[in-house]
Amino acid sequence: MNYVLRRVGFMVPLLGVISLAAFTLIRLAPGGPFDRERQVPPEVERQLRARYHLDESLGRQYLRYLGGLVRGDLGPSLRYRNHTVNDLIAAGLPVSLTIGALAFCFALGAGVPLGFYAAIRKGHWPDQVGNLAALLALCVPTFVAGPLLVMWLGVKWRWFPVALWGTPAHVVLPVLTLGLYFAGRVARLMREGMLNTLGAPFLTAARARGLSESAVFWRHGFRLGVLPVVSYSGPLLADLLTGSFVVENLFQIPGLGVFMVNGSLNRDYTVVVGLVLLYAGLLLVLNLIVDLLYAALDPRVRYE
Amino acid sequence: MNKPDSPAPVSGRRGAAPGPAGWFRSFFRPGPRRVDSPARRAWQRFHRNRAARLAAWGLGLLIAAALLGPGVSPYEPNAFVAGAFEPPSLRHWLGTDVHGRDLLTRVLVGARLSLVVGLAGAVISLVIGVLWGAVAGFAGGRVDGVMMRTVDVLYALPTLVFVIVIVTALNGLLARWEAAGVPVNPAHARLAGLLLGIGSVSWLTMARIVRGEVLSLRTRAFVEAARVLGAGPGGILRRHVLPHLAGVVIVYLALTVPAVVLYESFLSFLGLGIQPPAASLGTLIAEGAAQINPLRVYWWLVVFPAGTLALALLALNLVGDGLRDALDPRAVA
Repeated sequence: MNYVLRRVGFMVPLLGVISLAAFTLIRLAPGGPFDRERQVPPEVERQLRARYHLDESLGRQYLRYLGGLVRGDLGPSLRYRNHTVNDLIAAGLPVSLTIGALAFCFALGAGVPLGFYAAIRKGHWPDQVGNLAALLALCVPTFVAGPLLVMWLGVKWRWFPVALWGTPAHVVLPVLTLGLYFAGRVARLMREGMLNTLGAPFLTAARARGLSESAVFWRHGFRLGVLPVVSYSGPLLADLLTGSFVVENLFQIPGLGVFMVNGSLNRDYTVVVGLVLLYAGLLLVLNLIVDLLYAALDPRVRYE
Repeated sequence: MNKPDSPAPVSGRRGAAPGPAGWFRSFFRPGPRRVDSPARRAWQRFHRNRAARLAAWGLGLLIAAALLGPGVSPYEPNAFVAGAFEPPSLRHWLGTDVHGRDLLTRVLVGARLSLVVGLAGAVISLVIGVLWGAVAGFAGGRVDGVMMRTVDVLYALPTLVFVIVIVTALNGLLARWEAAGVPVNPAHARLAGLLLGIGSVSWLTMARIVRGEVLSLRTRAFVEAARVLGAGPGGILRRHVLPHLAGVVIVYLALTVPAVVLYESFLSFLGLGIQPPAASLGTLIAEGAAQINPLRVYWWLVVFPAGTLALALLALNLVGDGLRDALDPRAVA
């Protein structure tokens, strides 16, 4: 418990550093948020800059931002006028969360059994088939899988709608597209983790105590064999939950990934820093959960 | 009487396999004497791995096609040589694209660019990652803490934002140079910017791995011996620590190349990397995906570039896996 509190307490300054890094990085990039608009008279632009406090020194701007952050206010968007960053996140997050969570479930649901089965049948045909399937999945990243799935399952056979968002059927193609690659990664990690565990002496000991093979694999082997997958899951879930630009762009889905990319391209400073903080916060929390799961699964790991 | 820490058997084995630097050299040039060195055994293990051997051949074939193909092809990659959207035929093996350009030539040119970027990006990440990790691990203490916390913070920044900012910043710089009349080739400069962007995010994992290795290496007896003999930290790092990293670095490098190829394709897919009319596999897939519509299916525009990328990734991954298994010190025989 103490350990959790200490970790959570450490997160606050870390998020501060990350916000500073993101803020500096995006401000270092040349150009500004008002560049792409039609030419405005200089006094209008001056007004705009003054309204968003862009005329102040960078240090003061950052302090002003931090002040808002403490109150839970991520500031106004510089491109989507009349919207705050909080609005944008509130609109996009549920969509990205849905797709991301489902894709995560798909990746684990397909990858873990595949890797597990391949490992306990090492060298036999299930291993080879599983290996090949995982490797093939690794070779179709989202922007390859997406167009191919759309072309066959969507356009040619018309099984699923190819764009927009609304009914459950709309979810299928984006989730498949997003999850396929990671299912391959998970399957390989799972296989490797299981193979490293299967030779361990404590499994021999469990067999010597007269446990059945399935109990040896499931109750004892799986707990440790799944650890690489667990530690990969933290960053993976943070990545998936904050939206994927490719999938959202391809399927015309109103999620967060589009804001992240467009925000960086348009120098929409507040949107970028806000989304980076969201991602980083998620990542830190998930990594903490991963570490706790580690302790729960592996009796050798203790935190004090 | 055999004391457990007797050096005799160790030096006997070392006699056959010269130090780590020789190990590295002989990995590429086995030499006339067929000694049973770790490198030779690793090479044999790699050669016995059928999938990896096949993949290495396939990769060589792809590289040869990408290097020689555009020269052999009767069409220019950017010339409008036929009608738009011609399906694959004897004249245009992979069909033509929206502007009537020969797709096969464009795929070959794109594959060449993707492979070059993959290799160069991996080398950049190698140089930064090894130096950063080795210095952090070797210096230890405060320096180590600061350097590795920097890596942690960079890890927490979404890579996409990082790359976008670096690439756009470089493009801005480039525009200013051009305005000032500095003679730069925009295509080359953009490629350099892309490489720098990818290299600057892909070294993080390498730095962590190398630091971990160096942490365990620097307490070893031969490092202390070198220090006693008066070698400076730079010399120890160069002569005694870095050669030991060769194995882990080669393995990780082999797995970084496909990752960087993927990243370049991804950025080009977004329109941030290679700019049209130049082609990389990513831009070709994006162009094909833009033509998907419910009325007519121009499948070749997606399938061939995507298939080439998938095959290249498959071969790179298989070779990487093969190298990892072959160089694994725990492997038998």
